[in-house]
Amino acid sequence: MESVLARYRNLIILVGVLFLQVLGLAVQVKRGGNDTENTRLIRIWAVGAITPFERGLVWVENSTGNLWHNYFYLRGVRTENRELKQQIEQMRLEQVRLTEDAAQAHRLQALLAFKEQFVAKTEAAQVIGWSGSDQSRIIWIDKGQDEGLKRDMPVITADGIVGKVLLVYKNPSVSQVLLINDQSSGVGVILEKSRLQGVLRGTVNGEVTLERVMSDEQVAPGETVLTSGGDQIFPKGLPVGTVTKVGAGKDLFLNVKVRPAANLSKLEEVLVLVEKQQQEAVAEETGHTRAADILAQRLPSVPEKPPDANAGSGETKPSSTPTAGSKISHPSNHAMGGAAQASAGPKPPVSPKPSGAQPQTANPSARPPATPANTQPPTDQDNPN
Amino acid sequence: MPITYTSGEQVEVYRFSLPATVGIPLLALFLQAFLPRRFPFLSYLDLPLLVTIFFGISRRNPISGLLTGAVIGLLQDSLGGLQLGLYGIAKTVVGYGASSLGVKLDVENAGARFLVTLGFYLVHAAVYFTVARGLVSLNLNWSWSHGIVAGLANAVFGVVLFFLLDKFKQRT
Repeated sequence: MESVLARYRNLIILVGVLFLQVLGLAVQVKRGGNDTENTRLIRIWAVGAITPFERGLVWVENSTGNLWHNYFYLRGVRTENRELKQQIEQMRLEQVRLTEDAAQAHRLQALLAFKEQFVAKTEAAQVIGWSGSDQSRIIWIDKGQDEGLKRDMPVITADGIVGKVLLVYKNPSVSQVLLINDQSSGVGVILEKSRLQGVLRGTVNGEVTLERVMSDEQVAPGETVLTSGGDQIFPKGLPVGTVTKVGAGKDLFLNVKVRPAANLSKLEEVLVLVEKQQQEAVAEETGHTRAADILAQRLPSVPEKPPDANAGSGETKPSSTPTAGSKISHPSNHAMGGAAQASAGPKPPVSPKPSGAQPQTANPSARPPATPANTQPPTDQDNPN
Repeated sequence: MPITYTSGEQVEVYRFSLPATVGIPLLALFLQAFLPRRFPFLSYLDLPLLVTIFFGISRRNPISGLLTGAVIGLLQDSLGGLQLGLYGIAKTVVGYGASSLGVKLDVENAGARFLVTLGFYLVHAAVYFTVARGLVSLNLNWSWSHGIVAGLANAVFGVVLFFLLDKFKQRT
């Protein structure tokens, strides 16, 4: 027996080591997902062993570059250029947000109040490494728990979204970021023009596809993809990429390929959204608007009389037929018969309003479009976002 | 303090100093995590695998070979976002195979090293693919063209790298 064990000792140890690893792998799979939390200790060892070298090399690289660029090559211009670029990045983010807000406002006039998220505070971080494997599209950044980073915080560049924070370490203070082209990644997105929503996923080849878009929908290559905010990680309206190819997919869904706006293979600096400002739009309360008022406004009106038509007679008579001006200027009174309106004295004429327009108040410029009285702004409990 | 590895066979067995034993795998992992970010074409190379093969064929001890492969593989797994053990299992097999082969064959010349590296790259890819698909249900696609191109790239680079790493060998 001993001779058999001695003879196959190497093989037995090999099987034992493989068995242990397979067992550990099975436990991780059983726990589901990427079981990074339960293997955190081993990962910390690896990170602690590797990242100091990476940080050091990046530091040397930056120091050397700074020495050359700031002191030997156009001293001062480099700094100014960097500051301007940062300003541009901030302004581009702001511009994207404003554009999306404006488009949304046009679509959703006088509708439900909605909750939007805005970028409130970002933390700039430097990319110091990646996973070293094509199967796991992950980068390491040089900011971690000490800088207030937390799991699931969005990571972006000025061009578009990059990914989300997967793991945060304290010592060393670094973080692991899951890129949007990793096959385990998922981002809620919306197409800018067609307003179709879907889920952005990475593929094994590092490509990015838009899933959950029905095959009967029309998606055109070149259309811009934005975050929808539905994943509760990325704020709404951040640029994601551009549709490059549309084809038939599995079942009833389209296969939409997206080119990420951010160059994921050449990331050097990224921004981590450490704080998102939530702003709830407040619908202004207006008076109760009845359907009859709106209907009355669309009725054909009596041709406008000159302002001095009644002045010549020297008296004001109650009339069952109100003037066009009185009808438009106060539709609720018109619906009630118009007698009170006529007795209120002459009013300046107002040009008739086109059919289908909003009920007009006495001073339209001073009041935004009316909100239906039964429309209440959603509360946090109502809106999962 | 040098670490000694012996196989009891007639072939020459080498040992490595402690700094080389620890530093070379760490340097390989570090470069693997750092260089492809700047030079994307280097992502074809698997430096931890090359180091595993080199230690295996140099030490000619299957146990140390498989343990070296297991440790390097698990560290490589730790830097990624997937489950621990995918690279660990693949590199354990490669470490065992390389050291077992080193016992039986002379793998000191460039031609033999080229073929050994190419072969073990494909073995490594096959084991990784099998485990990833079979146990973790990762959505991977096997590509012969990619495997052979990457294998050739690793083999060519491995020949150069092994000659550099030969400087760290110490005779027992």
